[in-house]
Amino acid sequence: MQVIVNISLKEGVLDPQGRAIGRSLTDLGFQEVGEVRVGKRISLDIDESDPARAEQRVARMCETLLANTVIEDYEIEIAGENGA
Amino acid sequence: MSLSALRVAIIVFPGSNCDRDMMVAVERLAGRRPALVWHKETSLDPVDLAIIPGGFSYGDYLRCGALAARSPIMEAVLDHAARGGAVMGICNGFQVLLEAGLLPGVLVENAGLKYVCRNTCIEVVDGTGSPFTAGLVPGQKMVIPVAHNEGNYFAGDDDLQRLEDNGQIAFRYVDSDIHGPANPNGAARDIAGIISANGRVMGMMPHPERAISPELGSADGATMLTASLEALVS
Repeated sequence: MQVIVNISLKEGVLDPQGRAIGRSLTDLGFQEVGEVRVGKRISLDIDESDPARAEQRVARMCETLLANTVIEDYEIEIAGENGA
Repeated sequence: MSLSALRVAIIVFPGSNCDRDMMVAVERLAGRRPALVWHKETSLDPVDLAIIPGGFSYGDYLRCGALAARSPIMEAVLDHAARGGAVMGICNGFQVLLEAGLLPGVLVENAGLKYVCRNTCIEVVDGTGSPFTAGLVPGQKMVIPVAHNEGNYFAGDDDLQRLEDNGQIAFRYVDSDIHGPANPNGAARDIAGIISANGRVMGMMPHPERAISPELGSADGATMLTASLEALVS
């Protein structure tokens, strides 16, 4: 089963990279751009067929290693069966 | 106990690059060579001080220090700390201690988005509660270099206030005649180093092992390290 983890900085945590990207976009003429936030997308191949169990395990992985919950939030997305 | 009886271990991860500098510094100051302990080891011989050195453990993958903090030897380091053992983390070692949960907060990318490598002036804040500051005088200023891209200390307002109230801020960046802003990275409350609530775990961004003789630009790192080593033997 494929599971996607989206990791983003919590609200209120400064994102210097996002700010620099935002500034560049404005310089390039994209005046409509406001705040920019950069996140991470981690795709996992899991040997598990039950979506609920997969989600539970991946949540553990997020808490243990994948996210630093002091500054980051995570979202888990079950992408579906491998090869389906 | 004399300084040369002090047992020091330096933990080495793939990508550590200040392990040898720290070994030389401690050997020179204490008269006994520290043990270098590879991260795959699962146990730590009894030591008086475990040091997590600077570098780029695991290539800074995922988050700085995140993978090192979960490597096999860290179980033993956590046990050592739980028994009240002394632990010092420098630069990447500080990042590892935060990721391992031995100290509160996190180090994020420098506010200026640039790798900063230069001398900084830091001031001793707490002077009593910890072997890492006990031999130093509050207000004492030391010139010690930093070299990092993620040294911007961040913690929630509650955690920051708790650090202040409990005297857990060990070192702060302060103004001096060194070129550049006092705070090199945007760290909250100008924090350069903090200590745990029991005073036995200390993490700092500046590199004392790179400032151990006037030929290196400053010997203040030797002053700081010697004070810590002496406090740990007494």
